[in-house]
Amino acid sequence: MSAQEIVLYLLVGFSSTSVLVILVSRNVFYSALALLSCLISLAGIYGLLSAEFLAITQLLIYAGGVLVLMIFGIMLTNKISGKVPESKSHNWVSGILLTGSLFAVLITTFKNSIIPLQSPDLNTVNPVKQIGIELMSTYVAPFEVSGILLLVCLIGAALTASSFKKNANG
Amino acid sequence: MVKIDFLFYLSAFLFCAGLLIAVTKKNAIVVLMGIELMLNAANLNLVLFNFQKKGLEGQLFALFIIIVAVCEAAVGIAIILKTYHYYHTAVPDQISDLKEKN
Repeated sequence: MSAQEIVLYLLVGFSSTSVLVILVSRNVFYSALALLSCLISLAGIYGLLSAEFLAITQLLIYAGGVLVLMIFGIMLTNKISGKVPESKSHNWVSGILLTGSLFAVLITTFKNSIIPLQSPDLNTVNPVKQIGIELMSTYVAPFEVSGILLLVCLIGAALTASSFKKNANG
Repeated sequence: MVKIDFLFYLSAFLFCAGLLIAVTKKNAIVVLMGIELMLNAANLNLVLFNFQKKGLEGQLFALFIIIVAVCEAAVGIAIILKTYHYYHTAVPDQISDLKEKN
């Protein structure tokens, strides 16, 4: 068992336990922190699979951006004066039935259809340079469109969240 | 060289757990977290399928999914804040009026 394999198994165990923590915990803050650890371990898995660019993006955007947004949202939508921000749950039986059957379907499909995969040799591939070239040549149209999408969503989110009152005739 | 087949099971597990979180939790922000988890599971799957070929299509697709997920999270939290401002709750079940009470 190589060191890469051991770290991979550790990261898999870490991410799945933190997902279970999100499922079980009633405190919303704990769920947010568990989501953070799950995202960081996923970034570690990407890094181990030699998708370094994706790992860095995951760390910067998810762990740095989205989680901070979510924690801001939790703090702004709960009156935190002494009591914990609780999240109740419902529909456990039907939810578990639904997701359990979906999980069974996915597992059997993967078992029957997967071509055995090997992780790539870590020393030969250099995907970061290749991703830069591809983004600027083959995928330049979705790249530009995603820039416009980010601008639109920035303005939309800022306008939606602001307490800006419309005029009576506007 | 490491066998990485079992990561498909991790991504299936993450997807199902995200769906379970989105279905069972009542707080809107935790529901958003479940949706993010499902998107992450799809990303992991794309990265794994990327190794079946020479190119980098899977990783680039995952990159664009991350961008769209960020937009979705920002707009979703803005909407949650606005509804909290009107209805004083972040639980979607308790929001039963379409119009602001006057």
